[in-house]
Amino acid sequence: MIVSFRLNGQQTTFRFTHPVSLLNVLRNELAAPGAKSSCDQGECGSCSVMLDEELVCSCLVLASDVEGSEVTTVEGVSGPDGQLHPVQRAMHEAGAVQCGFCTPGIVVAAVELFDAEPSPSASRIREALAGNICRCTGYGAIVRSFERLAGREAP
Amino acid sequence: MTSQTGQRLGVTGGVGESTIRPDGVAKLRGEFAYAQDLTAEGMLWAATTRSPHARARIVSIDIAPALAIGGVHAVLTHDDVPGRALFGLEHPDQPVLASEEVRYWGEPVAVVAAEDEHTARLAAAAIEVNYEELEPLVDPEEADRRDDVFRRMTVRRGDPEIRGSVVVEGFYEVGMQDQAPLGTEAGLATPDGHGGVDLYATSQYVHVDHEQVVASLGLRPDQVRAHPVGIGGAFGAREDVNLHIHLCLLALHTNRPVKMVYHRAESFTGHVHRHPARMWFRHEADDDGRLVRVEARILIDGGAYASTTGPVLANACYFAVGPYRCDSVAIEGVGARTNNPPCGAMRGFGAVQACFAHEAQMDRLAQSLGMDPLELRRRNALVTGDIMPTTGQRIETPLPTQEVIDSLAAMPRLDEPPTSDPLQLPGGTGLTSGLEHVRRGVGYALSIKNLGFSEGFDDYAQARVKLTPAGAVVESAAIEVGQGLVTVLAQIARTVLGVSEAEVRHVDTSRIDSAGSTSASRQTQLSGGATREAAERIRAMILEKYAADHLDDEGAWRGEELVVPMSRLATEGWEETVTFRHPPTEAPDENGQGTLHADFAVAGHRAVVDVDAELGLVRVVRVDTAQDVGRALNPEAVRGQIEGGIMQGVGLAIMEELILDEGKMRNATFTDYLLPTILDAPAVEALLIEQDGSWGPFGAKGVGEPPTISSTPAVVAALRAVTGRPLHRVPVRPQDMALESVP
Repeated sequence: MIVSFRLNGQQTTFRFTHPVSLLNVLRNELAAPGAKSSCDQGECGSCSVMLDEELVCSCLVLASDVEGSEVTTVEGVSGPDGQLHPVQRAMHEAGAVQCGFCTPGIVVAAVELFDAEPSPSASRIREALAGNICRCTGYGAIVRSFERLAGREAP
Repeated sequence: MTSQTGQRLGVTGGVGESTIRPDGVAKLRGEFAYAQDLTAEGMLWAATTRSPHARARIVSIDIAPALAIGGVHAVLTHDDVPGRALFGLEHPDQPVLASEEVRYWGEPVAVVAAEDEHTARLAAAAIEVNYEELEPLVDPEEADRRDDVFRRMTVRRGDPEIRGSVVVEGFYEVGMQDQAPLGTEAGLATPDGHGGVDLYATSQYVHVDHEQVVASLGLRPDQVRAHPVGIGGAFGAREDVNLHIHLCLLALHTNRPVKMVYHRAESFTGHVHRHPARMWFRHEADDDGRLVRVEARILIDGGAYASTTGPVLANACYFAVGPYRCDSVAIEGVGARTNNPPCGAMRGFGAVQACFAHEAQMDRLAQSLGMDPLELRRRNALVTGDIMPTTGQRIETPLPTQEVIDSLAAMPRLDEPPTSDPLQLPGGTGLTSGLEHVRRGVGYALSIKNLGFSEGFDDYAQARVKLTPAGAVVESAAIEVGQGLVTVLAQIARTVLGVSEAEVRHVDTSRIDSAGSTSASRQTQLSGGATREAAERIRAMILEKYAADHLDDEGAWRGEELVVPMSRLATEGWEETVTFRHPPTEAPDENGQGTLHADFAVAGHRAVVDVDAELGLVRVVRVDTAQDVGRALNPEAVRGQIEGGIMQGVGLAIMEELILDEGKMRNATFTDYLLPTILDAPAVEALLIEQDGSWGPFGAKGVGEPPTISSTPAVVAALRAVTGRPLHRVPVRPQDMALESVP
């Protein structure tokens, strides 16, 4: 089967012979390893990407279902000049990155949040990131980074 | 976060500053290369065939069906292991691939290499292993009765006849916690074309991986190079070998690069876990609350193979009293061998299990005496110059137990009253609980933990520092698992050499001696110590050569005169390699006595919880802490360790447990093994207690483990305060709180 879609703005085509997830195709066929494979069942959010307008766990999306879609991964979040997205900058400065394995998924989820809502409430920030597990930080620095970005200093 | 002291030393980006981690941008862009992301030209994929039984005799293995699948390049079993058939971190007792008998559910029996991952997994499933099932031994108490144990130990000190006027006795249990690092086990092995192999795999300790690969492959040490790679968390799960030998075997067998990545369910079986524990404690005190005697029996389940059961048990016994004085102690420890999954290192390493019990006991003692729980702890606080109640060792480094207690007592209560915001209610947006049912509780706990390796182990770390035109370069084989070693070593180099640019390079086992394990809260002290000493030697040699008195980005200065510019110094090839050792420790005598530990850290936690006691639902509102850090080399990074450690402690208190049924895991997925999310995260106020005097660089102590140790008992103490239930087991389940009597 052949599937064509846009990946981070680039037209992309790939061919496959057995059912495979979008995550697997991104990581192993399309040299876009930014999305991470961790739980493989939609629980941890490490593989989060934007599928058109929707935030999805790419481990749960069949590659055959992305025909004609626009997929944005963490690699497509930075500006065209390569500058960090404000979400990335906020996380960087607040020490919200430790091992970093959850980071790509959190970046994509937070970009979706802040694109829709530039100054989300503390509750809204937590709700938006409730699908992203981080095992290192205890979420403290992640919360602080986004509360600062939202213009609300963390308590 | 506040800090009691803390002046800055010299250069920008040096020690004491919250320097931002150098790998952060790559991680935020998704460009950082983890072991999972590695590829090589002509690479094959590997997969593992695992035992479906907790115990069985292997009658036969038929690999023909796997070999018949197109694209399969190799199928290896125990017959194909050319060197030592067994491996192990402490004792080589675990088969590289099982022969004759499998001893735990998920034990590797065969490995496969194929053109792609899908084919490799198909082939692994196609191997026909004929098993004769045997009765598994899954009860650690039965193993103890049969004397099927990895280690027994006794810690005995003082007058065994002495008795107190107040006695409390209790039985406690800790469930099997998993480290659940987000990155699963992964790696790539590449043949070098001359019979040797390069290994790039998840690890906390590449030099012991190297030793074990060399032994099992029957190669010379110089034929194997183990390379540090990007790691998605560790928390103890990566000290032991799992896929390392398998990958190297397959790479040499096929003469192709071979990659393997465990799926999550495999990861749960592929690494060791926190030991489940069953503990009996008896505390006796006088009428003033001073501990007179502590007796305990601690049984931990090591599972099928030794891993680090010995030292985990030792830690549980040596820290069984907590940071308290007591002159009469008797602790019996047993590390049982069963057919449960092997257990080993996890953050807190034995101290976690004991702390849950000794802190529950201290609270019960306070209750019996009608005394404030912090006051009881203050009266017994173990401080610098005191004798460890268990080992008899005099504590020479700073131990600010009183300061921890006083700080906790003085910390303002920042918790706001419960609200009806569903995200803030126990049970969350399920809206099962209502504000009118919510009751708030507060609990305290203290802990003590050793830093670095103990019991006479020759614990050292090597680091190399160079002065180059690009700035200072630190070379080390120490593993960065996310904790920020890569930041702090550069800060140390900047501070000592006075240069703004410093970079840490991870080098393989052939290019430097061991940095030891990234565990036991030890790398900042050990690799940091080696980095500091190497940089100081370079600085001293430069100052001596040029009769200078100051070094910075400009060069070497004598008073106001620039004697030699940095542009020249940086081309002179300054380089120093240092092996740093902490003060030596000794092996215990038959009573567990001796100078067994190099350094200690104390911490205290105050937990605030909201509970719907009818439904047994909990929200942990806050966990505040005071922690002995020696000197905070990077305060924000320390805070990150504290918040992350507390979250894992909260996880053990109320949700994280691997459930076993006759040795088989029933919840080896992230759907069923519950991990705390951002909605479960408590607010944290952290007070760093800084005191000079530890042997770590600039007085630094390790900070990674203490946050995990006493946060668990603090949460459970708060739950007891609300529910009035004994709650003798973690994780505490809803039914333990809601129902009148749960066995």
